[in-house]
Amino acid sequence: MHPAYTHEVYTVCTVAPMSIGHTLLGLLESGPRHGYDLKRTFDEKFGHDKPLHYGQVYSTMSRLLKNGLVEVDGVEAGGGPERKRYAITEAGITDVEKWLAAPEKPEPYLSSTLYTKVVLALLTGRDAADLLDTQRSEHLRMMRMLTERKRKGDLADQLICDHALFHLEADLRWLELTAARLDKLAAEVASR
Amino acid sequence: MNVWFRDLAMGARFAVTGGREGWVRTVLTAVGVGLGVALLLVTTAVPNAIGARDKREDARTDLRFSVTQMPKADDTVVVAMADTEFRGTSIRGRLMQPEGDKAPLPPGISAYPKPGEMVVSPALARLLGAEDSALLRDRLDARIVGTIGEAGLTGPAELMYIKGVAGLHPTGYPVERIDHFGNAPEPEPLDPILLLLTLIVVIVLLMPVAVFIATAVRFGGERRDRRLAALRLIGADGRMVRRIAAGEAASGALLGLLVGAGVFLVVRQAASKLELMGISVFPQDIDPAPALVAVVAFAVPAAAVAVTLFALRGVVIEPLGVVRTAKPSRRRLWWRLVLPLAGLALLYPMLGQGNENGEFNQYMVTAGVVLILVGVTALIPWLVEAVVTRLGSGPVAWQLAVRRLQLSSGTAARLVNGIAVAVAGAIALQMLFAGIEGDYTKATGEDTERAQMTVNVPASTETSTLTAQLQQALAKTPGVASVTPPLTSAGVGEKPHDANEGASFTSGSCAALREVAKLPSCKDGDVFAVRGASYDDSTDKLAKPGTTLYVDPGYDKVKGAAVPFKVPAGLKDARPRELPTGGDRGGFLVTPSALSEAAGATMSGDLYLKLDPSNPDASDEVRTAAAQFGPLINSHSMVAMERVGRFDSIRTGLFVGATCVLLLIGASLLVSQLEQLRERRKLLSALVAFGTRRRTLSASVLWQTAVPVALGLALATAVGLTLGAVLLKMTAQTVAVDWASVLAMAGVGAGVVLVVTFLSLPPLMRLMRPEGLRTE
Amino acid sequence: MSTQTAPAGSLLTAHDLRKAYGPTAALDGAHFSIHPGEVVAVMGPSGSGKSTLLHCLAGIVTPDSGTITYNGRELSAMSDGERSALRRSEFGFVFQFGQLVPELSCVENVALPLRLNGTKRKEAERAALHWMERLEVDDLAKKRPGEVSGGQGQRVAVARSLVTGPRVLFADEPTGALDSLNGERVMQLLTEAARSTNAAVVLVTHEARVAAYSDREIVVRDGKSRDMEPAL
Repeated sequence: MHPAYTHEVYTVCTVAPMSIGHTLLGLLESGPRHGYDLKRTFDEKFGHDKPLHYGQVYSTMSRLLKNGLVEVDGVEAGGGPERKRYAITEAGITDVEKWLAAPEKPEPYLSSTLYTKVVLALLTGRDAADLLDTQRSEHLRMMRMLTERKRKGDLADQLICDHALFHLEADLRWLELTAARLDKLAAEVASR
Repeated sequence: MNVWFRDLAMGARFAVTGGREGWVRTVLTAVGVGLGVALLLVTTAVPNAIGARDKREDARTDLRFSVTQMPKADDTVVVAMADTEFRGTSIRGRLMQPEGDKAPLPPGISAYPKPGEMVVSPALARLLGAEDSALLRDRLDARIVGTIGEAGLTGPAELMYIKGVAGLHPTGYPVERIDHFGNAPEPEPLDPILLLLTLIVVIVLLMPVAVFIATAVRFGGERRDRRLAALRLIGADGRMVRRIAAGEAASGALLGLLVGAGVFLVVRQAASKLELMGISVFPQDIDPAPALVAVVAFAVPAAAVAVTLFALRGVVIEPLGVVRTAKPSRRRLWWRLVLPLAGLALLYPMLGQGNENGEFNQYMVTAGVVLILVGVTALIPWLVEAVVTRLGSGPVAWQLAVRRLQLSSGTAARLVNGIAVAVAGAIALQMLFAGIEGDYTKATGEDTERAQMTVNVPASTETSTLTAQLQQALAKTPGVASVTPPLTSAGVGEKPHDANEGASFTSGSCAALREVAKLPSCKDGDVFAVRGASYDDSTDKLAKPGTTLYVDPGYDKVKGAAVPFKVPAGLKDARPRELPTGGDRGGFLVTPSALSEAAGATMSGDLYLKLDPSNPDASDEVRTAAAQFGPLINSHSMVAMERVGRFDSIRTGLFVGATCVLLLIGASLLVSQLEQLRERRKLLSALVAFGTRRRTLSASVLWQTAVPVALGLALATAVGLTLGAVLLKMTAQTVAVDWASVLAMAGVGAGVVLVVTFLSLPPLMRLMRPEGLRTE
Repeated sequence: MSTQTAPAGSLLTAHDLRKAYGPTAALDGAHFSIHPGEVVAVMGPSGSGKSTLLHCLAGIVTPDSGTITYNGRELSAMSDGERSALRRSEFGFVFQFGQLVPELSCVENVALPLRLNGTKRKEAERAALHWMERLEVDDLAKKRPGEVSGGQGQRVAVARSLVTGPRVLFADEPTGALDSLNGERVMQLLTEAARSTNAAVVLVTHEARVAAYSDREIVVRDGKSRDMEPAL
């Protein structure tokens, strides 16, 4: 159901490659943009110290084109990928929708993905609080499992489970904090 | 010194800036201290007020009861007593007739009223001016030409008039000739019983106030301790916080001084409008000695500080909280019993002295009573603890209350201390009053069935005519049911001067004579000897036909008229009967034809009146009617029991005072109750959450107040009865318990409990609302 | 969201609750339902109205509008006395703190709800001791709440909430004042005891590790509730 789950590539403050597609799609929701425009907006909102390469934008966009999630809205004179204007398709919108609604698998260092999702939700006028609630629910599901295992296990199990529980709890606290600051974040996102 | 000042000032600031609790605390302290101060000031002023009154009373003394009259001169004045009474209030009346230019003036007036004029006191002027005083206006109908000044009055409410007259003959009391007003009487020692009463009243009223002040400065103690701990945290040392606490208490007490001074001034002004036991005082008379004022002004705040420091003695205020070092050990009984027993020991030697040499050692009485009452405050914590730890568990409300009391019986006991002292003192005092009142309420022997009033006409040549006219006039006076036929009487002896035997000599018509004796038959011209009257063995000796007797004989220095009267041969015998005034009368009864004119002139007239009980003004109608026949005619209302009404007012006053003290203590109970409830709001909400009935919690609040108060009242009643019995024994009265007042005081105590509970219910309900559950 | 009719088999349901304290709305359309034996965590930021929801569900507070049905009975149709009686006999309560009566001993505290219901003292205290044993605090029976630690006190409170055999246990931040270890222990004992008696537990908490003892959570935000059916 969530084909996007992979475990290996999370790094701090970097968006996983498959999420770049969803992110760019999300950015297109507010209107058709040039490739160059997309890169700049992405860097501004999510790139921070690791801006996207044009190549990454080009390859991602062509994959999205191939999957029918975007279409070319027009080409400006001068050619080159960055001169193409992309627009999101209905299928693309549905894909973003799905991606945002699906909770991430509770993992360490999830915050950047979640952050991207929250910002995108805000940018596209979706309910970011909903997104956070769904994520919390997912986290709690995991925590319930661990708590159950702890209840039945020996001390070693309990300690291991507790370690995981505390990490998940930290994530959840971040979720709560973010939820509490959604209004502020929305204002900031809108102003940029 | 500087540090002290700084810390005290900081404490004072806390007292007024401590939020609502701080204010309530300060105000209650101030009110308690203020009432105490006012009471102290009034108490210290009373001797001065009485002194000033007595001085003026002495200065205007006129009648000397002297047996001889001085000769007429240009510096003499003839004074006659003409007191009267209006609606039960007595009016001091004097007829004055100056006999020369140098005649002395009585204090308070600048010139004598001319005959037919009078000067009156302001209070009498007001009374005469009142709409419903027509009867009095008719009686005192002389023209008012001036006002008697304060120098001539004992108090602002005194009713007095001085009327100018002519033609007065000084014959001795009540008509005398004098050449100066005022005399220097021997200073009379204060009636020891009165002294005792005064002492006890003061102690009984002051002790609870003292206890209250001690409680008041402890209000909100926990909150204050926490604040002080916070001060420690930011660097104040132990001594500093103690000074700050002292400053807080002292500022409440200082505020109390102001309140007290204000209350005192108000009371002082109001005093002129007040009349107690027929006594009123001028505000300027209520003037405490400056030294005493200074003592009060210093002692009260000092005491407040002392109590605070005393309360903090077992408490170490640490930066992180308050530690009570004094381990709450089980209270011991023995030293608590020492106080009241020592008090009893002090009073013991004075048992029965009230009647004999009449000397009480003031210091021993005061110390003894104070020790006994203080003993109550010492015994209560022990009693509350001892009883409460033994209380079994009953319903939940009871269990909650009892457990609470077990945990903090000291607080509970402290709160009821004041009530207990007030009630113990009041009960003792009421008993004392009841006992003394028994003494002062005496049967007068007057038979009010047959007559309710007598009118007396002084002796003169016109006595019999005047008496007869008066009889007719009174018979027509509204409110008079019947008047006896006129009788005149005098004394008779065997010698013109210094007679060995004496009997009464009564004249009147046969009908009139039948009122005073049983006559076998009677016609004008008869003379009777009444034999067999009580306390009379002279009549038999005198009633020998043919001997000459002397009517109105002289004694000692007094020269009597000594009119000879020959006992006729046809002397008849009569039997005595009971007189309208009570008792019976022996002596001689003479019908008008058997009486010489000279003898008649020595006799005074008496009329006995039956009044219409439905007419409340009857006696005033009589007085006014009689006054038309001359100012010296004396009307007297008879009473079966001469009850000394002033004790009623003292008792009422005491009851009111004790009730006020109890209310004050009730207020402090309420404050501490609310403080406690506020601290438990979470708990209360939680209890409500799991389904505790409001009724249960209300009942628990009730028990929590009622149990210690009931214990306090029980102990107070016991101590009060003991103290009352001892005091009665001291005054040599029979010991009788005035259960009515015991019940009344206990009732007021119970009422205070109910009121406190009732008033703490609305906040309790408010605190029980689920809002209290919300976590911050 | 929820339907007007109570979900089948639910013990306590609430529909469209609204409650305002002055101008601020504490609840603004909240829904809730719980089955016997279920532990439901009520989560949400502070001030979101989760405690108010609990107070409404327990019949401590009457909502301005909306319906609460317990066991087929409408709570808002009951009098204050009836609701108090319901709380005494059918509900149990655990709060964060300030709930034990300081002057009563622990066993007396635990026996209190039974005593309020009219049970004799001896009998009530015997039942109380039984529950104190289950919560491993029977050795504190004679002590006063002031003499026991926070964790022990909270276990005493849990014992008290269970002593009447309630059908619904309301726990408002029951571990709020405790450290992790004590909090975990209290939650473990609480949920075990509730499950063994098939009592429903309404657990208000903002702590995820406490909420992890629940079967399901609902989130309250700005007075609105959101039932989080487990994803999948």
